[in-house]
Amino acid sequence: MRKLLSLTIAALTASSAFAGGYRVALQGQKQLAMGHTGVAVVNSAEVLFFNPSGMAFLEDRFNVSVGANALFARTKFQNETYNWKASTENFGTPFSVYASYRVNDWLSAGIAVYTPYGSSVEWDEDWDGSHLVNNIDLQAIYVQPSISVKISDKLSVGGGPIYVSGSVNFNRNLNRSLTNEAGERSDLTIDASGVTAWGWTAGFMFKPVDKLMLGFNYRSEITMEARDGDATFNDLPAFAEGTYTNTTFNADLPLPAEISVGFSYELTDKWLVAVDYNRAYWNAYESLDVSFGNGTPTSVNPRNYKDASTYRVGTQYIPNEKFAFRAGWYFDESPVQDGYFAPETPRNDSMGFTGGLTYQINKKLGVDFSFLYLHFDEVDNSYDHYSEGTQHDVSFGGTYKNVVFSPGVGLTYSF
Amino acid sequence: MKNKFICLSVLAFMFAGCEPEFENEVTNGSYNSGDADFTSYVAIGNSLTAGYMDRSMSRVGQSYSFPNLLAQQFAVAGGGEFTQPSYEDDVDNLGGIAGLPGYNTRLIIDASAGGPEPIAGTSTITLAQQATAYNNMGVPGAKSFHLLAAGYGNAAGLEFGLSNPYFVRHATSATATVLGDAMSKNPTFFTNWIGSNDVLAFATSGGVGVNQAGNFDPSTYGFNDITDPNVFASVYSGITTTLTSGGAKGVVATIPDVTSIPFFTTVPYNPITASLIGGGNAAVGQAAITQLNTELYGPMVQVLAAFGQSDRISLLSTTRSNPLLIVDESLTNLSAQIAAALTQAGYPAAQAQFIGAVFGQARQATSNDLVLLSTRSVIGTAPAGAPAPFDAFGITYPLQDEHVLTADEALMVADATVSFNQSIRAVAEANDLAVADMNAILAKLVTGLRTEDGQLYTADYFSLDNISTVLFSLDGVHPNARGYAVVANEILKVINEFYNAKLPQINAGNFPGATILPTN
Repeated sequence: MRKLLSLTIAALTASSAFAGGYRVALQGQKQLAMGHTGVAVVNSAEVLFFNPSGMAFLEDRFNVSVGANALFARTKFQNETYNWKASTENFGTPFSVYASYRVNDWLSAGIAVYTPYGSSVEWDEDWDGSHLVNNIDLQAIYVQPSISVKISDKLSVGGGPIYVSGSVNFNRNLNRSLTNEAGERSDLTIDASGVTAWGWTAGFMFKPVDKLMLGFNYRSEITMEARDGDATFNDLPAFAEGTYTNTTFNADLPLPAEISVGFSYELTDKWLVAVDYNRAYWNAYESLDVSFGNGTPTSVNPRNYKDASTYRVGTQYIPNEKFAFRAGWYFDESPVQDGYFAPETPRNDSMGFTGGLTYQINKKLGVDFSFLYLHFDEVDNSYDHYSEGTQHDVSFGGTYKNVVFSPGVGLTYSF
Repeated sequence: MKNKFICLSVLAFMFAGCEPEFENEVTNGSYNSGDADFTSYVAIGNSLTAGYMDRSMSRVGQSYSFPNLLAQQFAVAGGGEFTQPSYEDDVDNLGGIAGLPGYNTRLIIDASAGGPEPIAGTSTITLAQQATAYNNMGVPGAKSFHLLAAGYGNAAGLEFGLSNPYFVRHATSATATVLGDAMSKNPTFFTNWIGSNDVLAFATSGGVGVNQAGNFDPSTYGFNDITDPNVFASVYSGITTTLTSGGAKGVVATIPDVTSIPFFTTVPYNPITASLIGGGNAAVGQAAITQLNTELYGPMVQVLAAFGQSDRISLLSTTRSNPLLIVDESLTNLSAQIAAALTQAGYPAAQAQFIGAVFGQARQATSNDLVLLSTRSVIGTAPAGAPAPFDAFGITYPLQDEHVLTADEALMVADATVSFNQSIRAVAEANDLAVADMNAILAKLVTGLRTEDGQLYTADYFSLDNISTVLFSLDGVHPNARGYAVVANEILKVINEFYNAKLPQINAGNFPGATILPTN
């Protein structure tokens, strides 16, 4: 039992990337079920994430949505040329908590806590790509107090500051061949927690005609600056122990800015459709450079991400007061360019299929269910920029195939 | 609550069936042996086949022999068991052979001292006889004709230099031959990389041996001699006939040229600079060079010019790199003339005799002379019994025959290598065997051998930058584990092409290089 408990806790603290890069698009059960649309959808307190200006249009005075997903992500790797095989299986539980309160006719306030970025990958230790990554666990929790101002019955604006607390733990082998005297591969772990940063979000919703809502939202880039984290070398041969002493490290990791635009339209009283377009400014992620406190040469790892788009459609059908049904689809472009396919985020373009429902236990309390299946084509790609000796273009690649599946559950309470 | 639990279990179970699946999952079925049959793979050859590195056999080193690496790849395409001579007695992986002079422990880099040196400790490898035929029949030191020599594994012959300690360890009997033991494994597939020692032993000795061209009796050869090309051709053909007698297919490998081996290319012919002579102080060095020119080089230039040999030695430059002084046995010996001239010039007779004897066949090295890696530690040291100023090898006292492979000797080596490789190719063609052109492959190391992953390997292996990209072991002649991986991979490519096989390749980058210890 205790073992089970500790496993559960471990699972709770991990989250796994499955959208482009290390973005985790699971920020609300209702909206996820609708293809993770929402920049122009006023459904619940989940709007705090998608577009905080929408709080002003919520019908109830007080709205709370809490939810979590069980995220299963599996990746297999193979390379027929060398007969290499490896896999990683990860489980994570991204969660979100949203609450809004209408202060008066024109002002609403709320708070959101969510986990939009994260990555957890754990390859077989000392696998063929272990010089790039053995395992990584990246977490970022966003806390976002927000206000929304209803300028007219047609227009609201809103936004708020974002406080981020994050951590990173990353392990990889020092190079492709160094071992200690016992033949164990020498490796390096960098670990930093309690890394904090600030950003902001702002948006508006506009209702030009009845039944149609337009939305726009911007979330700023936030750079997580890990300072004086722990760099720990393991299994070094004796001669290298003087060179690679445990030390501190600095590294910057950008959590890119994202623009969302979209609309929703009420086809009938019961039937809503929504379309979103997201643009994530991943080009901020040029290189992962880890500098060390003791003169160990800086580790430069080009990433060269490109900006990436996501196209989302979703729909919601509410036949009666007890039920609501939802479905959606999206296409998520990977920010990773050919030749930069590093196995720490081994994701290519994907298609998401979503669905879900809400059961209203009573007028105030509803239970939300969602599921997501992400389809990835298998992909042949490589990371061609590994530095070894005087060469900076050593390649590692093969065929990758991902499967991601995530059921989620949440509660919505409003009055 | 119970229902909910079941629900979750069902979900978890559903997902367990949701494994990522490749369109073409890589399995053993992805590979095949083509026209070859790896059921019984036997490797014959010398140290390069045995897995010798860092001037020794060792337990761990042997595990990286190229035949062992090949066998691991063959395993997915019908390859059978592959055995190697036992080195279990090398408990601490020190290499060497206990009690045999010259068979030192393996070379390591002592970080506190710098250069390669034998690892501290006493070898535990004994000559205990295993009397077993193995799949890896590589015998370090073996020349082509040794594979056919009965008694090459006879312990009683060791003290007379008639047998080989490595073969003594596993020969099935005192009269067994290497090839006979190999054939007892009934090979269905073989690799044969023999012949290097037929010419390289001469080269690594600095050419102290004899070119035996024209002598058809190998039993009269010394170890450092070059085998007669006809003897080589006939022996090679005989070995191949035997190997293929049971229908076996295989790969034969050519002999690398000395110019692609770091042992011959690492030490420059002209390392003498003012800075070197001045111990890092160029001004001091320049003064010393000027003095050397006045006292030694100048008079020598004059004397040699008088005999029409002014191209042997020039004055040293204070600004450029100067060539080493070497002995070249192909030169006319001017000892008497030099002694006479110096005596006439007023030198004491004894001194004139000494200088004449030392400089009779001396000249400055050119880029055609190959200075041995082992000579690096000799340059600048005092020859036994030589008085000042003749107390610096290569600078004031010529390096000897065993220190340098002179241009003439290198030419003999090159000619023999070409001839042997022609025989190897001809025999391969006559027997429809694949050729792994290790000569061409290792020749690429001079300019850089680029592997499929983009890494560039060169023969420049005394740079710390290259610690992860060195293919040769510390002896400068044999590959290290990474180098044997490159060798194995090249052979795999040859097999894939020649025998229409599909075997997985080996990525050399994942293999280790030299052993480095903080102290020794």
